[in-house]
Amino acid sequence: MADMINLTIDGIPVAVPKGTVIVDAAKKIDNDIPVFCYHPKLKPVGMCRMCLVEVGTPKMDPATKQVVKTEDGKAVIAWMPKLATACTTPVSEGMAVRTNTKQVLDARNNVLEFLLTSHPLDCPICDKGGECPLQNLTLAHGPGVSRFEYEAKNHNAKHVPLGDLIFLDRERCIQCSRCIRFQDDVADDHVLQFHDRGRHMEIVTFSDPPFDSYFGGNTTDICPVGALTTADFRFKARPWELDSTPSVCTHCAVGCNITLNTRLETRTGGHEIKRVMPRQNEHVNEIWTCDKGRFVHHFTRSTDRLTQPLVRDASGKLAESTWEAALQLVADKVRGKHVAGVIGDRLPNEDAFLFGQLLTDVIKTGSVTMSPAIPAAYADIVRGFGVGKDTEFKQIGKGDTILVVNGDLEESAPVWFLLLRQAVVDRGAKLVMAHDHITKMHRYATKTVNYELGTAANWAATETMALGAELKAARNVLIVFGDEKLSADGARALARALANIMIESGHAGKANSGLLPLYPHANTQGVFDALPEQLASTVAVQHGKRQADVAWLIGVGDPADVPQAAFTVVQELFLTDVAKSANVVLPALSFAERDGSFTSGDRRVQRFYRALPGMGQAKPDWWIIQEVAKRLGKSWGFHGTTEIFAALADSRPDYAGLTYELLGVTESQWPPVGRADLYYGGTAYDNTGGVGARYAARAEQSGFTAVSEAVAPPSADMESLQHLPRTLYQAGELISRSKVLAGHVEYRNSEMTRTAK
Amino acid sequence: MSSVRDIISRLGGMPMGFATVLKTFFRKPVTVQYPEQKKPMSARFRGRHHLKRYDDGLEKCIGCALCAAACPADAIYVEAAENTNEQRFSPGERYSKTYEINMLRCIFCGYCEDACPTNAIVLEPIEFPTGYTREGMIYAKDKLLEPAPAGVQGTPQVTPPGKYERAILPYPPIDASV
Repeated sequence: MADMINLTIDGIPVAVPKGTVIVDAAKKIDNDIPVFCYHPKLKPVGMCRMCLVEVGTPKMDPATKQVVKTEDGKAVIAWMPKLATACTTPVSEGMAVRTNTKQVLDARNNVLEFLLTSHPLDCPICDKGGECPLQNLTLAHGPGVSRFEYEAKNHNAKHVPLGDLIFLDRERCIQCSRCIRFQDDVADDHVLQFHDRGRHMEIVTFSDPPFDSYFGGNTTDICPVGALTTADFRFKARPWELDSTPSVCTHCAVGCNITLNTRLETRTGGHEIKRVMPRQNEHVNEIWTCDKGRFVHHFTRSTDRLTQPLVRDASGKLAESTWEAALQLVADKVRGKHVAGVIGDRLPNEDAFLFGQLLTDVIKTGSVTMSPAIPAAYADIVRGFGVGKDTEFKQIGKGDTILVVNGDLEESAPVWFLLLRQAVVDRGAKLVMAHDHITKMHRYATKTVNYELGTAANWAATETMALGAELKAARNVLIVFGDEKLSADGARALARALANIMIESGHAGKANSGLLPLYPHANTQGVFDALPEQLASTVAVQHGKRQADVAWLIGVGDPADVPQAAFTVVQELFLTDVAKSANVVLPALSFAERDGSFTSGDRRVQRFYRALPGMGQAKPDWWIIQEVAKRLGKSWGFHGTTEIFAALADSRPDYAGLTYELLGVTESQWPPVGRADLYYGGTAYDNTGGVGARYAARAEQSGFTAVSEAVAPPSADMESLQHLPRTLYQAGELISRSKVLAGHVEYRNSEMTRTAK
Repeated sequence: MSSVRDIISRLGGMPMGFATVLKTFFRKPVTVQYPEQKKPMSARFRGRHHLKRYDDGLEKCIGCALCAAACPADAIYVEAAENTNEQRFSPGERYSKTYEINMLRCIFCGYCEDACPTNAIVLEPIEFPTGYTREGMIYAKDKLLEPAPAGVQGTPQVTPPGKYERAILPYPPIDASV
């Protein structure tokens, strides 16, 4: 930061980068200038007038063009005659700001009194009550009494659905436009707008269907009053009653940091998740999360969760059994047999590691693969040429090139869409889109390349070299790619070709450069890393056709991934189609009921923590694996995931040096949001669970020899063309149990109109 | 040589104890068989909680859980839900779906009454809660809620749209003449 500006705020000197506004500069020295419309992640507008301060600049002598100084050498400050908004005024050299004079305090008091003339003050029934910036600031700066008659207040509609997920209370709205600006500037879904003027000004949605956005939930977080509420949390609990546990979202490769807010509930007779809030991690999701991550939590307390081990009895029915009987049965069945293990990519690293150990070291005649199978075909290439260890999405901007191939960023990794969109739109990175259909990201493309449906791999293998010169000239190259409509061979060929581009353009192994895969779930990379090396990509994709004596499936949803076997063991949350045909079904704990770690698509390893007690007799998957191992004569003696992760880090060179302690380290982040500072950034939670750590791509390590052999793409990849492009609300076991997303899922899956907009 | 005095000293205070028993045995007892028998209470005595209703039968409680927040003994548990015009329990959008007070935990301090924005919860100068089981001492809405006034329908009610939009009604102007 070369351009530092020096100024004084209430006499305290502070140096900040050029372009900083006064509010942020004051925040650096813990001077909280109150704001409503200002948000550090949005462009300032100066609408609410809450941040008025006295501003002065050094007095200049018109004749000499020099700063006028007093006798003791201090600059004479020329104070502006009126107050200025601290959120729109950028700092300048020598500037002086006063935030505690009577004039400023009166202004704050008056602005609050003015805002409260139309505010209903129904705090007791308002969901924001208790974490409301308007409440807090009124208490700190506002008048204690009202001079206005209750009946003279503006009375507006209190229950206005803006779409299925978000409700608007027009009375509470203070017209700060944070929601509008978020939708316009960050999400780029232009669905909200002001209507009318003056006292009649109100928020309306004009899209069809209303509030058509994947990011609507974020507007309720940044709303400084209780005007916007989610259908999920509406009247569910008061904020002060909630317990918060740091966690990680499991639904896509981004690995958004979230906070699970839980509370006692009589219906389930225990704790349940009341809402999911984003948790600040400036390296990952900043303070955002998508609506899928926010609203697909109901499965954790779904009434059809498995709570007892089930064993198929003599009559061929799955009957309730005990852990002892079920585990002994499994141990007897797998001993000495050929066991084909499949583990889903939502499972944490620890479980995948232990499962691999069980099948290769204990049972010895086992083999293990992951589900879905296709990412296993190229996850090793990502490990080699993935984004550099020190990559920060925030630093990608002018001079950098982002290439997006064969994947819809918004549908597959919504928060990466937000971050990379800002890199292009706000910071001037170049965007090259190579697709067979139009996605939302195409709006910002500097260059668009089209290829025929399903031929991404062929295109990448033959024609990407045309981009060579352009990529070589770029400061950094980030390549985002997906495996939509590709077979395993095709996906591997695509990843290989893209890795070759990285090598040839000289960007392999650099920070802010590398491959960014659009994996289907939170731990695709982690499961691949944790499983034994023998998971060769070519074997991995065959497992649907595998035959074995025993099939052992952990969290496998796709029947196509199930090996043929005489005896099937399933570890699941629900009695899925796969579980229904199993011989033994073992109930597992969901991510909210246990702890563990996930490795996101950009190879950041992150911890999540236990927020809820388990359902029934369900157990964590690692416990089940360990118990079977014990019955086969191998006693690991792990007490928890900490020890398993330590063992994992010992045996996987990429994870060397990573410990739970390291992953749990937090750091001070900018902008400061969270409990102690509600009004600045909304109600996102500060990070108490750790920001995680990214392990280095192999291309970054010394002694890495770049292997640039090209993989020939399959000539006819027609089988895979049956796959539709991935959508965020793709029907599935978890999303079908969400109480609020049901209508949305139906719409998305029937219409598929999104790309045509 | 044993004398009467010796015998008494050897027996210790036993005869004196018997004397006390004999003395009080014929006295009128001060305890009463509560709750079958009741003693007159001070007019300012505050006993167990009642959840009040408006004259039109709607519940005053809006499920805001401020009573639970104010409760120093953590005796109150509230779960809220949303009113509709077809099924209205209270004015405004929110009502208490579950409202429970653990009378064994309650210390009858009256903070819940102070915290209540609608004067829904009131400690009444009537009976003190009694019971034989711990479960029975958790009073839910069926015990706490007052019956609807005579001739008025209880809750839920079907109400016309727009009539009960606000949860917290302005207090009527104070009559200075009283």
